[in-house]
Amino acid sequence: MPDAPVQIEPERYELTAPPAYRFAVDRRDFLGLLGGGLLVVFSAGAQESGRGRNSESAPQDLNAWLHIGEDGAVSICTGKTEVGQNIRTSLSQAAAEELHCPIASIELVMADTALVPYDMGTFGSRTTPTMAPQVRRAAATAREALLDLAAEKWHVDRAKLTIADGKIACPGSEPAGFGELAKGRKIAKTIARDVSMARPLCQSAPKLEARDMVTGKHKYTPDLTRPGMLHGCVLRPPAFGATLVNFEAPSLPGVTVVHEDNFVGVAAPDAQTAAAALGQIRAQWKREPVPPGAAFGPGFYDYLKQASDPGEGDPHGSVEAGMAAADTKLAAAYTVAYIAHAPLEPRAALAEWTDGKLTVWTGSQVPFGVRTELASAFGISEDRVRVIVPDTGSAYGGKHSGECAVEAARLAKAAGKPVKLVWTREEEFTWSYFRPAGLIEISSGAQRDGAITAWECHNYNSGNSGLVSKYDVPNQRNAFHPAKSPLRQGSYRGLAATANHFAREVHIDELAHALKMDPLEFRLKNLKDERLRAVLQAAAERFGWGKGQGIGMACGFEKNGYIATCAQVAVEEKRIRILRVVEAFDCGAVVNPDHLKNQIQGAISMAVGGALFEQIRFGDGQILNPRFSQYRVPRFSDMPDVEVVLVDRPDLPSAGAGETPIVGLAPAVANAVFHLNGTRLRALPLAL
Amino acid sequence: MPRVTSLTVNGTRRPIDADPGVPLLTVLRDHLDLTGAKYGCGEGQCGACTVLLDGQPVRSCITPVRAAAGKQITTIEGIHHPLQDAFIEEGAMQCGYCTSGMIVSGVALLQKTPHPSREEIVHHMNGNICRCGAYLRIIAAIRKAAQSHA
Repeated sequence: MPDAPVQIEPERYELTAPPAYRFAVDRRDFLGLLGGGLLVVFSAGAQESGRGRNSESAPQDLNAWLHIGEDGAVSICTGKTEVGQNIRTSLSQAAAEELHCPIASIELVMADTALVPYDMGTFGSRTTPTMAPQVRRAAATAREALLDLAAEKWHVDRAKLTIADGKIACPGSEPAGFGELAKGRKIAKTIARDVSMARPLCQSAPKLEARDMVTGKHKYTPDLTRPGMLHGCVLRPPAFGATLVNFEAPSLPGVTVVHEDNFVGVAAPDAQTAAAALGQIRAQWKREPVPPGAAFGPGFYDYLKQASDPGEGDPHGSVEAGMAAADTKLAAAYTVAYIAHAPLEPRAALAEWTDGKLTVWTGSQVPFGVRTELASAFGISEDRVRVIVPDTGSAYGGKHSGECAVEAARLAKAAGKPVKLVWTREEEFTWSYFRPAGLIEISSGAQRDGAITAWECHNYNSGNSGLVSKYDVPNQRNAFHPAKSPLRQGSYRGLAATANHFAREVHIDELAHALKMDPLEFRLKNLKDERLRAVLQAAAERFGWGKGQGIGMACGFEKNGYIATCAQVAVEEKRIRILRVVEAFDCGAVVNPDHLKNQIQGAISMAVGGALFEQIRFGDGQILNPRFSQYRVPRFSDMPDVEVVLVDRPDLPSAGAGETPIVGLAPAVANAVFHLNGTRLRALPLAL
Repeated sequence: MPRVTSLTVNGTRRPIDADPGVPLLTVLRDHLDLTGAKYGCGEGQCGACTVLLDGQPVRSCITPVRAAAGKQITTIEGIHHPLQDAFIEEGAMQCGYCTSGMIVSGVALLQKTPHPSREEIVHHMNGNICRCGAYLRIIAAIRKAAQSHA
């Protein structure tokens, strides 16, 4: 299967701001760390996933993907992080299938920058399409090498050997384990590009960390300790962009206070002492003026539009001619609010300096990016920084930056002891970043028979992922207008595809109603794409489309996944209640059906929040609702019945599934509300 | 008020030395290294820190340690219940950060109501947040554990 080129979605808001703090420079030498092994599989040159975020070639200091130890234990190294999407299991499954060994005999070493090959990060639904084949290739290379060793050992033709259950067998001899075959040999192999690989088995495997999770043993970053460790707290400015002008802290026994540039923090032997010490600090801040209109409220989307780049977008055909040919024309504007990722594990880091070298344990999606941030913040080379990401309590695109790691490291440097810093929920809500708010304006025209003749769409600020649809419209213009956002914004599960699908699929519903056509029939009339038609029909069939009150649908395409969602709603005392959801998804070949369903169900649950409740309120440089008591997220009582239909395409490469299933719910629900009571909702969160 | 000098956790008396107003969660995690209960919000809104006090579920992040003195504290580390297997069998977790709190809350429900209806499960569990969205599978796991008790 050829590798697809690496693409960071052009909508993705990378956080390009300079480091928040600049600390004094310090340089020393570094001795590389490379674990040994009897059989080690390397990659030659930069691998698909080993390029930098901006396609620069990756550091080649370390590129061992697979080790087989003397005891036969297989370690697979990957820079991907486990944040709940279950890739520890799915990648182990991939390696075990190629090596014909039990999953339990694979140890996946994840996201430790001292041990794993460079990786740009865990985002963009890239693990299954790119990392799984890479792991398979490394494992298949090892398998072939082991078969060669066995053929040599027994002086037989390789064709006589069989490999199963972690052993290689030859007629007339006792089967030999991997460690036994490699014994006493140091062998390094380069990953073969053309090695034969098994087709992924479509089978469910139990989650590897599940037992530790249900017993409370699983350790996340906030659960870690180091000998002599202190607890840290950071003094936060009263508003975004404020600068420290005056500072006074009492001297307290056992408490380290750090003040450098805009950074003020404390470290103390326990969390309570640290918090109390922070409370005794007197600081004066100079606040930056906030532009009028840059606040949550009815005028905000006008502000966003005027703060946006102009531009017409690339035309396809002539929108003017398409409009002239239309019998029905529509124009409408749609909005989406800023929302927070609110991962249940807030940002946390444990930092330790030893002989001028820095080790930081932190929850993150970009271990190597955090390494760069740390090296830059302290003016040391990256090979003196080690970032280790324990399996993390979720991220959803929200952990692409390393502020907490930098803060913990600065405190640890001053205290001369390891320091753990766990952001409070308020800090997580305020000092991370948000899914961008957006305004989307669409005008369209269609003929009486249902053929769409013209489509013009302008997205202000939220991003251009999913902006261009699969509908066959001869005359189109689609434009994304980046804006100067008053809030720090960045990646989020499905990011702009959610906003663009919401606007488009509600608009499609509006057009269908204006033409007095059934929304399913209208979509199919304008869609030639077979995969999208297939999921639409699969969802409609399972849902029983056309029957009942308060029903709506939406469909779309994002990150090589095809999605269709049908929803049924009720309205109780002006509150929208989602009763039932059917979602059909085609992401190519299904790898692990149960975990795929879990991802889809999770995406639908998360989508309920953005559809019905979630919005960040802000003003005067502050976040006004930085708590779960003020920022409503989905709960048990909000859950509809959910049915997932997997449209398996074993003949096609697997696409990722963490994001695309989130995009269909909001428009399907908005359309269902219209079907129920004739109220057309064009703003997220939806409110009557 | 005097400092709290011992707690009974998972059936064992544990010496501690804590200010009476410190949250129970901090004492469990930082003093006793029982890290199964998680910090999620600090205001009793998410349920990740749930533990049992004399069998009753409480949010340990807003429970001062003095309120736990003299009571039987049960944390996830002290729970051995069919609900744990049911969570695994139903795949009722993704990142797992909420899982301890979910299981402690679920066990409290099943001890009080061995065969809860779906509505009773939703009502009882509504104070526990799962951001990954495993809610429906958690409901299925609780129902499964209830049946295995039949």
